[in-house]
Amino acid sequence: MAKYAAPGQPDSVVSFKPRYDHFIGGDYVAPARGQYFENPTPITGETFTEVARGTAEDVEAALDAAWGAAPSWGKTSVTERANILNKMADRIEANLEKIAIAESWENGKACRETLAADIPLAVDHLRYFAGAIRAQEGNISQIDEDTVAYHFHEPLGVVGQIIPWNFPILMAIWKLAPALAAGNAVVLKPAEQTPASIHVLMDVIADLLPPGVLNIVNGFGVEAGKPLASNKRIRKIAFTGETTTGRLIMQYASENLIPVTLELGGKSPNVFFNDVAAKNDAFYDKALEGFAMFALNQGEVCTCPSRALIQQEIYPEFLQDSVKRTEQIKQGHPLDTDTMIGAQASNDQLEKILSYIDIGRQEGAKILTGGERADLGGELSGGYYVQPTIFEGNNSMRVFQEEIFGPVVSVARFTDYDDAIKIANDTLYGLGAAVWSRDGNVAYRAGRDIQAGRVWVNNYHAYPAHAAFGGYKQSGVGRENHKMMLDHYQQTKNLLVSYSQNAQGFF
Amino acid sequence: MSSAPDAAVPESPVPDAPDSGTARVALTPAAAEWLVKLTVIHGPLMFHQSGGCCDGSAPMCYPDGDFKIGGSDVHLGDLSVEGLAPIGFYMSSSQFAYWKHTHLTVDVVQGRGSGFSVEAPEGVRFLIRSRLFTDEESAALNG
Repeated sequence: MAKYAAPGQPDSVVSFKPRYDHFIGGDYVAPARGQYFENPTPITGETFTEVARGTAEDVEAALDAAWGAAPSWGKTSVTERANILNKMADRIEANLEKIAIAESWENGKACRETLAADIPLAVDHLRYFAGAIRAQEGNISQIDEDTVAYHFHEPLGVVGQIIPWNFPILMAIWKLAPALAAGNAVVLKPAEQTPASIHVLMDVIADLLPPGVLNIVNGFGVEAGKPLASNKRIRKIAFTGETTTGRLIMQYASENLIPVTLELGGKSPNVFFNDVAAKNDAFYDKALEGFAMFALNQGEVCTCPSRALIQQEIYPEFLQDSVKRTEQIKQGHPLDTDTMIGAQASNDQLEKILSYIDIGRQEGAKILTGGERADLGGELSGGYYVQPTIFEGNNSMRVFQEEIFGPVVSVARFTDYDDAIKIANDTLYGLGAAVWSRDGNVAYRAGRDIQAGRVWVNNYHAYPAHAAFGGYKQSGVGRENHKMMLDHYQQTKNLLVSYSQNAQGFF
Repeated sequence: MSSAPDAAVPESPVPDAPDSGTARVALTPAAAEWLVKLTVIHGPLMFHQSGGCCDGSAPMCYPDGDFKIGGSDVHLGDLSVEGLAPIGFYMSSSQFAYWKHTHLTVDVVQGRGSGFSVEAPEGVRFLIRSRLFTDEESAALNG
């Protein structure tokens, strides 16, 4: 066990500056209107830095810088861009602890996650897109003996990206890596709940990119996000968040006729078939861990397995073992490496989770464990902690239909394969899902029948680069985490060339 | 956008939830106070209930008309605050199908959310408190 010192303490691996401005054109620039907002850590509720409160003027300045940089950046060789992404990855890797602890402090998540997952995945993602852009090829179509269609990839120009607060660094890199690899300049707005840790990242990598290629404007959605998303000078907007804002962003994009990519969450089913419990072996243990994955990142994951569906013959025993496994989750100080679950990201998030626990109770769902705010004592009493909570109920209850975005799972039983698929698909969303079975045929069929963009089979919450990630139904548009995302950041230029000496014969 | 018929106004493309405007949505006094302050800054307001992740399942408050509602939405009712124009409350009809058995009260808590909702920069966030309709209410609302 080790416990990292809080940022700012003499023996901490990281310290935040007392204030962060916007990063525009390669420099830190004060907000045009001179306003800043406080940034508290959800670990204790105390403010630890203040951040520029951006407005339309700052967004315009960032777009000026981005358009200044875009033409020459877009003409750099793929080798040059790939080398820069690889250097960014190397620098982040060399500063992994510093960035991980900064992110934990700002978001409240356990540092075992940021150290072992968030930041290493960000590093790998940059390397993946460095490789993908090097290996990307245009193609040609031979139309006839004398006519050839050449297809070239060209960058879009300047793109806007709005980042969520649940993985402040990793979600930024998911969006930045393909955009930069493809040769675009970026104006990025971090979430207002987690605006600072990306600047710790920038301290490490900023000098690697030409000025203006990556610009960061902080601020609130209505004041900074809207002028970015609705701006005539972006060629694409990417957003991760929820459905109403997703619709609003699409609406702005429709006014400017630009493409969007959206990742809007889900209500992911985690389906356990009878044969999971055929033996009490390592696989059974793995399945129990798979159930408990709803608590990963305090449940603040778009793909949180927040609906567990268990086949009726194994239901009582499997559920009992799952409750036991859940009760072993160690909640504590997020900077302690033994801690498995930390703080919810904000007070409003905490309040929302508690409001859902309330409606779950009213609807008659039974609480099998948890169900309360957790007071961890001492300095943590001011933080936002929720006990891992298991509800038992049925799929028509609101706790089965809405993403609570907390460490809360709702459990129901199913009778047979068809019942499992029916319940799994009875949702507005289709982002994540999992099926657990020792029978490969059942697992394969279920994986194909569930209407979701990512179905884990006999595992959960793995996010390797090179496995496409995105939603069916109301969960969004586009696929991240895979080289196909390059298409969302590139134009296709077709040169249609005639090698014939002769007139076409029309006139 | 009131549910009251008005010959001068073209008919809304947004269907009303059954018996909307009577009992489906309400406000806490604290939320009403914030709506007064926010109207001074942003003009007349509206709500659209979100779903999905991050700030999903939270109500979004926008300047009225900023968010384009349409045929896929339902109008649950209007929130009334003294001195303000009625504040329409909308939700997508697909989401309403899963919510219609619950009464919604717009409350406000400390926080900031991360959508484009207008209250966020003020350090507060609107939040939905829900309760089940009683059997009598359900019968009246849903026939």
